[in-house]
Amino acid sequence: MSHHPKGKLRTDLNPSRLLTFKIDDRDVSAREDESILEVARQNGIAIPTLCHLDGLSERGACRLCIVEVRGVAKLLPSCVTFPRQDMEVITNSERVVNYRKKILELLFTERNHVCSVCVSNGHCELQNLSVELGVTHVRYNYLYPEHAVDASHSRFSVDHNRCVLCLRCVRVCDEIEGAHTWDIMGRGITSKVITDLNQPWGTAETCTGCGKCVQVCPTGALSEKGKSVAEMIKRRQFLPYLQMMRGRQEESWQK
Amino acid sequence: MTLNIEDLHQIAKIEQDTQQGFQHRINVCVAAGCLSCGSGVVKDALAREVGKRGLDNWCQVKGVGCLGLCTAGPLIALEVGGRFYQGVKVADVADIVEALGASPVDRLLYPDDSAFFQRQLRIVTENCGRIDPERIEEYIAESGYEGLYLALTQMTRQEVLGQVTESGLRGRGGAGFPTGLKWTTVAKTVDSTKFVICNADEGDPGAFMDRSVLESDPHRVIEGMAVAGYATGASQGFIYVRAEYPLAVKRVRMALSQAERMGILGNNIFNTNFSFNIKVRLGAGAFVCGEETALIASIEGRMGRPRPRPPFPAEYGLWEHPTLINNVETFANIPPIIRHGGKWFAGIGTEKSKGTKVFALAGKIVNTGLIEVPMGMPLREIVYEIGGGIPEGKRFKAVQTGGPSGGCIPQQFLDMPVDYDSLMQVGSIMGSGGMIVMDESSCMVDVAKFFMEFCMSESCGKCAPCRVGTRQIYDILCKITAGGATTEDLATLEDLCDLVKHTSLCGLGQSAPNPVLTTLNYFRDEYLAHIHDKKCLAGACKTAKEVS
Amino acid sequence: MKEESATPERKSASAKQPPEDHRLRMVNRTMQLYRNQSHALIETLHAVQESFGYLEEGVLKHVAGTLRVPLSRVYAVATFYHSFTLKPPGEHTCVICMGTACYIGGSGAILGDIKEKVGIGSGETTPDGKVSLLVARCLGSCGLAPAGVFDGEVAGKLSPDNVIDKIGRWR
Repeated sequence: MSHHPKGKLRTDLNPSRLLTFKIDDRDVSAREDESILEVARQNGIAIPTLCHLDGLSERGACRLCIVEVRGVAKLLPSCVTFPRQDMEVITNSERVVNYRKKILELLFTERNHVCSVCVSNGHCELQNLSVELGVTHVRYNYLYPEHAVDASHSRFSVDHNRCVLCLRCVRVCDEIEGAHTWDIMGRGITSKVITDLNQPWGTAETCTGCGKCVQVCPTGALSEKGKSVAEMIKRRQFLPYLQMMRGRQEESWQK
Repeated sequence: MTLNIEDLHQIAKIEQDTQQGFQHRINVCVAAGCLSCGSGVVKDALAREVGKRGLDNWCQVKGVGCLGLCTAGPLIALEVGGRFYQGVKVADVADIVEALGASPVDRLLYPDDSAFFQRQLRIVTENCGRIDPERIEEYIAESGYEGLYLALTQMTRQEVLGQVTESGLRGRGGAGFPTGLKWTTVAKTVDSTKFVICNADEGDPGAFMDRSVLESDPHRVIEGMAVAGYATGASQGFIYVRAEYPLAVKRVRMALSQAERMGILGNNIFNTNFSFNIKVRLGAGAFVCGEETALIASIEGRMGRPRPRPPFPAEYGLWEHPTLINNVETFANIPPIIRHGGKWFAGIGTEKSKGTKVFALAGKIVNTGLIEVPMGMPLREIVYEIGGGIPEGKRFKAVQTGGPSGGCIPQQFLDMPVDYDSLMQVGSIMGSGGMIVMDESSCMVDVAKFFMEFCMSESCGKCAPCRVGTRQIYDILCKITAGGATTEDLATLEDLCDLVKHTSLCGLGQSAPNPVLTTLNYFRDEYLAHIHDKKCLAGACKTAKEVS
Repeated sequence: MKEESATPERKSASAKQPPEDHRLRMVNRTMQLYRNQSHALIETLHAVQESFGYLEEGVLKHVAGTLRVPLSRVYAVATFYHSFTLKPPGEHTCVICMGTACYIGGSGAILGDIKEKVGIGSGETTPDGKVSLLVARCLGSCGLAPAGVFDGEVAGKLSPDNVIDKIGRWR
């Protein structure tokens, strides 16, 4: 099993080959194995993301980072798309910006995101994205699903009402901590993150209590107990470091 | 045991002689459709009757694969005389045996001149309904495994790839990707381990072509896969088949062990240095596993969630090795292409769609069943001549092709030729071959709702637009059919369809809006009637007005 | 061992330390066939379902341990695929096909009638444990639409009345 460094799926990309291409009419240079998203960020060009997190494998699932590439009909997720020589990438056309807004609105309708009573109010990536993208109202109907809060763990709690199914918790637990306590049950709109055999978190035997899942969660779905809103700032600086140090000794469960 | 061509011919000869030895041969359809209306007991009763009369050496009774006309089951074909009996019951058995060699039993006869049998062109299904699918000898007697022999002993890999490319065959699973190109791509990869996968996870509701082929002629698919293995350099194959098809699974397993026993699968096939094995893997009820990367994930024992492509399975597939994935019907086309040459195949069909296509005709149509026609046959001919038209004197409204990824084709396109590009032009797709006919009593909004419910519950949930978007679209369609929607809802519906189509991760999401988009395009009046007049034009939905 | 399988509750209690009964032997044989490799998970779950009738929690733990697959991943796979069920099935099973041809032919009305008259929806079992209702995506018996499967036997050209009648005979 030859995994590419950084947990990428692309064994076909050569890190020693360099190329130049255009992002929003700016000339940029890149290694062949750097994603469009990485190169854009190096050059100070912001592309919104949600499932992406530096230090974790890519999923290409939230679709917020879609960009246009001249000459390609399909919109491409910049986190898993790699530049080619002379490619012309447009990150902020009206078309993609509108799509991003709508996707974000869909995420707001999916669960019960009530910011005013959320522990992550003010430090929430979903909230920040809506400010960034200028989402002021939601044009779709709210689905109001019924979800419980699981506070069975002694130090942490999970509130499924705030979950956006980015699966950062699943990935960090598998790829960095190596416990694979988290996974996702069901499918489609009924998907839900679970610990072990869909049991209360506090009873999950495999959980080491490391709390990395809480730190990577973009919203208030995973939080530390007893922390005030002001204290609930998440720290993730350790991630790229741990990813490098621990390498990838075994096949990842989360592909 | 290693066979050579003489051995193959010998087996074929013995089999043919045995067949010729019988004055009469009664073929009873034992594919799932006929079995479910009792063809199994009919077959046993016939065999008993023949035995009782001491005619064992004179008349053969055997179970065969799908005869195609499922609506008239249980079906029986008399091979001498070429007549069909329909709706046969155990009580008819004595009369049937009695009438052998005399004039046939009129009350059971299926009309001889019927377009259903006359207008078809059978390549993929050439053996369906003629051979016993549980005996490899009968397949060999119909030139079975000769294509593989030819490929292995007289053709280079390049020549096989050349023939497949020249044939113009396109993938029969849905999108119509050129098969030769796919094979060549996998052949070009340098990995020493490669895989060939047969996608038999036929998930479209209303489609049963692959099931019929696997139940009726499993060796044909195995042969096609082995040829693919040789051409691409793979030595291991997998057949990923739905667990919902127990009979197909059983017959495929049986066929595999027969082929292994004869040395047609295994090491050094036909004394060459080519080795190939095939394993069966069961699906577990997930439509999305028809998507290549999801199917691979499922074979690897994981949830069938697609991943972004590239990298494509051709270079990075099963267990990270180059992998060729084709559907059942695609592989089933390979043996005749090798036997008769790519040029022969390219002479059938239209300029860009070569060969034939198997369709499962169902819905509001007289002749429900399985048909195979040349590409490019006008839709009208399929519906009205082969299909026999609409029952109960009702009016034709639409044909749905391509399942949940396809669209509804209205009356104005009835004269359109059925091929990949024409279907695409009207907003539908060829898909795997389900063809559902709808009459005036079908509400097109309700049909769109049916497919959207399907996509919603089959969505894997990985990407946000498909996961949440399909649910939102479904909710609006429910609101419309219930008579509670407004014009704004219609605008939101179109907006959501556009979003899901263009931003979803895989083909399931990208094509999920198609049934809604085509019905909005061709049957907008039905949507508007629900919204403005709170009325269902077809009388199928209970709208708010009618309920109150 | 025999008396332990008397009720579902007893079953799960006994399965915490799975007895080497014949049902488990079949599951173990499947895993051995794949040399206990993790990719045998789906095939193994099929074997569990076939021999136990459903995916019983204790057996899932056993499978997870043998194949060295994380518990949460076993649960994830078990709930992703619709062929698997985590609840013991009723004594009799009625499957109604909701493929396109069957839907066009009226299987929606049949489901509605079952809900109304028998009181169970898809995936549910009557309180007396007699009858389970399942919905199939497509049985492939489109020629017989609307079709269903009653305790393993396919029946075609169904109507709400004859379905209710068939179910009634089980109770």
